[in-house]
Amino acid sequence: MKITREEVLRVAELAHLELTAEEVELYRGQLDEILNYVGKLGELDVSNVEPMAQVLFTGAGSEPGERDTANERAELRDDILRPCDVAEAILAQAPDAAKPFFRVPKVIDR
Amino acid sequence: MRSALEAKQISARELTKEFYTQIDRRNPELNAYLALSPDRAYAQADRVDGMLARGETLPRLAGVPVAIKDVISTRGVRTTCGSKILETYVPPYDATAIERLEAAGAVLLGKTNCDEFAMGSSTENSAYGSVRNPISLDRVPGGSSGGSAAAVAAGLAVAAIGTDTGGSIRQPGACCGIPAMMPTYGRVSRYGLIAFASSLDRIGPLASSVADTAAVMSAIAGHDTNDSTSAPVPVPDYAREIEKPIKGLRIGVPEDYFGAGIDPEVKAKVQAGIALLERLGCKRIPLKMPHTDYAIATYYIVATAEASSNLARFDGVRYGLRVPGATLLEMYRKTRERGFGPEVKRRIMLGTYVLSAGYYDAYYLCAQKVRSLIARDFSDAFQKVDAIVTPTTPTPAFRLGEKTADPLQMYLADIYTVTGSLAGVPGISVPSGRTKAGLPVGLQIFGPHFTEGRVLQIAHAFERAGGAVI
Repeated sequence: MKITREEVLRVAELAHLELTAEEVELYRGQLDEILNYVGKLGELDVSNVEPMAQVLFTGAGSEPGERDTANERAELRDDILRPCDVAEAILAQAPDAAKPFFRVPKVIDR
Repeated sequence: MRSALEAKQISARELTKEFYTQIDRRNPELNAYLALSPDRAYAQADRVDGMLARGETLPRLAGVPVAIKDVISTRGVRTTCGSKILETYVPPYDATAIERLEAAGAVLLGKTNCDEFAMGSSTENSAYGSVRNPISLDRVPGGSSGGSAAAVAAGLAVAAIGTDTGGSIRQPGACCGIPAMMPTYGRVSRYGLIAFASSLDRIGPLASSVADTAAVMSAIAGHDTNDSTSAPVPVPDYAREIEKPIKGLRIGVPEDYFGAGIDPEVKAKVQAGIALLERLGCKRIPLKMPHTDYAIATYYIVATAEASSNLARFDGVRYGLRVPGATLLEMYRKTRERGFGPEVKRRIMLGTYVLSAGYYDAYYLCAQKVRSLIARDFSDAFQKVDAIVTPTTPTPAFRLGEKTADPLQMYLADIYTVTGSLAGVPGISVPSGRTKAGLPVGLQIFGPHFTEGRVLQIAHAFERAGGAVI
């Protein structure tokens, strides 16, 4: 498979990256090589395999008897409000803050 | 160290000062530390000395000088992730692992260099310069926790904290000749870790000895309500666990880890290491883990997909670099273009591509399915064996610049470590002799989920029996 220059530009747009012309060419070649390599996954028949999105939930490589642990881990904690007094410290890290807000350029469209 | 403190041979403050003197002397050459935190370190040392003066029982890591990988948040101490985009970032809070280390008495010396956002296998992707391997200065220390590994190997810290997503603790540990552990997924809280790939990232120790590795594990492991992926599984006393005898344990040796691409000297040293384990009473069992060869491809789809999502937060709005733009989108693009280095952009591009419409099923979903098969290789193996032993890396530490032009070759440095990352199991790299050129070789030990005690126990027996010099 060959990845095109247009595809690289489209992906860069999705990723909010403003690539230089040299970068577009560099990544086109490198992504092509990497995608060619990962294409080897196509050799496997995965039609009856469940996808694994997280460790230790169903299908993960737990030993028998460890499934209880996995179930335990699936529990979510209660949503309890707690005071958070670091707003000043967080805003102090912002490139441009106007308390209590972050300031950004005007959003024209989208 | 604790006995020296208790015998009042040295104070914690003097010890801290001694480490800073050594750092001043060696770091300009090694570039292992990016930032030092002397105010915080001396305050902690004085607390330890105060406890000593009052005759109080010292906590486990009292006065132990520790280095922290620069992807972990430290309140008031600059945290850059090795990236220009966070050059000025000073976290307003501590990661849970940091809080726990200090509660156990550890003295935090500073922040260590790493590949940008932990993406790399050589620490050459840091925006703040490469790290040199203290064993051989023209070679890489491995990565991405290369600064942490180099600091410990050079005696500039007794232990260090790293992160491992595809091998980033174990591989530099192997390259620098020190024990280095990736705990089970969920074993150590990641609250305060700046995320790379959330279904894979783990925090763990690198240290001068397996016993020290176990001591740090005991301090940082355990459930944390601030991290919903942290596991409510009781933590054993690893210092006690490592003293258990290993006689009779079944050690699985997968042939798939000794095939094409392995350096002959690495292969010989790992086989000598396995023979040593047999002499210590372990039973060697040959294994097949048939999906090993697909692990790198799986990993680089899953990890980059997650990274492209996690790194979307760096947009110039809330922290770090902002490059002005006429519109919000222009600001995002300019900020990210200037702030991220080439490897980070490459992975964001790859991750965005495999998640994009039309390619999601062919790449991302397919990789998640193969991940299940790789995890099943492990669970099947653990029906028959207590632990799995492999090489940590296919080659010893390579030369600086040797692989930077070819990303795929660099990715293949993680070929033996990414399997355990995908399966979520714990693994350690422990020194297993050196090549003729004097470069360290790492032996990797995997165990079932939450069996860090057993993994450390085998590594400790191996180290004590002279594994580092076989």
